[in-house]
Amino acid sequence: MLKVSGLSKHFGDNEVLKQINLEVKRREVVAIIGPSGSGKSTLLRCLNLLETPDAGHIEIDGFEVDARRLKKSDAYALRQKSAMVFQHYNLFKNKTALQNVIEALIVTKKMNKPDAEVLGHKLLDQVGLASKASSYPAMLSGGQQQRVAIARALAVNPAVILLDEPTSALDPELVGEVLQVIRSIVDTDTTMLIVTHEMSFAREIADRVIFMADGSIIEEGDPQSLFGQPQQERTKKFLGTVFSKN
Amino acid sequence: MNFDTAFIFEAIPKLLKYLPMTLMLAVGSMLLACLMGIVLALIINNKIFILSPVAKVYISFFRSVPTLVTLFIFYVGIPQIFPDFTFIDAITATIVALSFKNAAYLAEEFRGALNAVDSGQMEACLSVGMTKWQGFRRVILPQAMRVAVPSLGNYLIMLVKESSLAFTVGVTDIFAQTKILASNSFRFLESYIAVALIYWAVTIVLTMLQGKLEKAMSKPYR
Repeated sequence: MLKVSGLSKHFGDNEVLKQINLEVKRREVVAIIGPSGSGKSTLLRCLNLLETPDAGHIEIDGFEVDARRLKKSDAYALRQKSAMVFQHYNLFKNKTALQNVIEALIVTKKMNKPDAEVLGHKLLDQVGLASKASSYPAMLSGGQQQRVAIARALAVNPAVILLDEPTSALDPELVGEVLQVIRSIVDTDTTMLIVTHEMSFAREIADRVIFMADGSIIEEGDPQSLFGQPQQERTKKFLGTVFSKN
Repeated sequence: MNFDTAFIFEAIPKLLKYLPMTLMLAVGSMLLACLMGIVLALIINNKIFILSPVAKVYISFFRSVPTLVTLFIFYVGIPQIFPDFTFIDAITATIVALSFKNAAYLAEEFRGALNAVDSGQMEACLSVGMTKWQGFRRVILPQAMRVAVPSLGNYLIMLVKESSLAFTVGVTDIFAQTKILASNSFRFLESYIAVALIYWAVTIVLTMLQGKLEKAMSKPYR
């Protein structure tokens, strides 16, 4: 369903992604873990071309692009296939929660406003924010904003949802409500790629965990084996430091 | 003492008839200048090939030349090379000259305002499948306008006063009419005080409107 091959990206002299190959099946939930600067966020941002890869092929839901021959129209077409949840929510600050959710429906899917609003209210209800439809982002807590952002991502009915450290910017007491919402989406069989530092959460929800370091995929596997019996030295070292902190 | 207070109050209603012309010049120039300013800001911010240095030269030139000189270049100068260009009447020439000059200043204001919008906003637009233009129009520009409004208000107020230069090319705005009134009545001081009071009142009203607009536009952010 999602297929990446030979994906490379550098910023200046820094090779952030080195020939990444990755496949995600429909309805699969894949967690990407790894130290800061390992390229996990860049990988996610390359998948919807917020960053332009130097080389490589990306295929989502039957639509393929070649990074070396990227046309503007291809970039827009590929982005239609995914939606992203950002670390810092990035809700449209000039729009209410409801408007945030339905904006893309009206602008890109050309849905009429009443239909979009019905769907918007339903999605806000799904993330537990039915009562906040007319609130602006500035009036919402971080956790609430991130839940609206998740509803906004769901609205476009993407083939895959990309979550880029969705709880990293949250106050600790707000992390739970966002994880709860993500859990509920996992239950709806949505395909998801989630970059996270919440190891226990990754272990709980992911079908597969990928460990990245220094721009490469070091190791991948189901959560039990990757967290239980990591094979690579680099993985062991990383998990060792992470879990000794807790 | 040779000062007729009553003359001021008689003059004000006569002069007010020409206020619409003054406001038309100011508002017309403001709209055109805003449009040009946004385009210039986008060209420079996005470092568009060739156009970007051209925009910088434009800004440098029109910030350096006195408004009066710009006005004369458009009204008197250009028809000299393009004789067919005589259809440019004094009112149009004034609006064009004031717009060209103020666009140079507004470009800098818009550049700042656009840069003040978090880059994550455009990323969010793209991530849900919107085009750059859709994101700009529906998300970025409204947020930038809120940042720009306080200084835009200032430019409008300056334009109301700058529009008085129109009298030099024969437009009868409120100031030109004051000159006529003054020389006909020999009540110079009273006439100019009357028009000064009108400019003052207009500025007070515009400042109030600006405050209301700022309040309305900042509603989502409190």
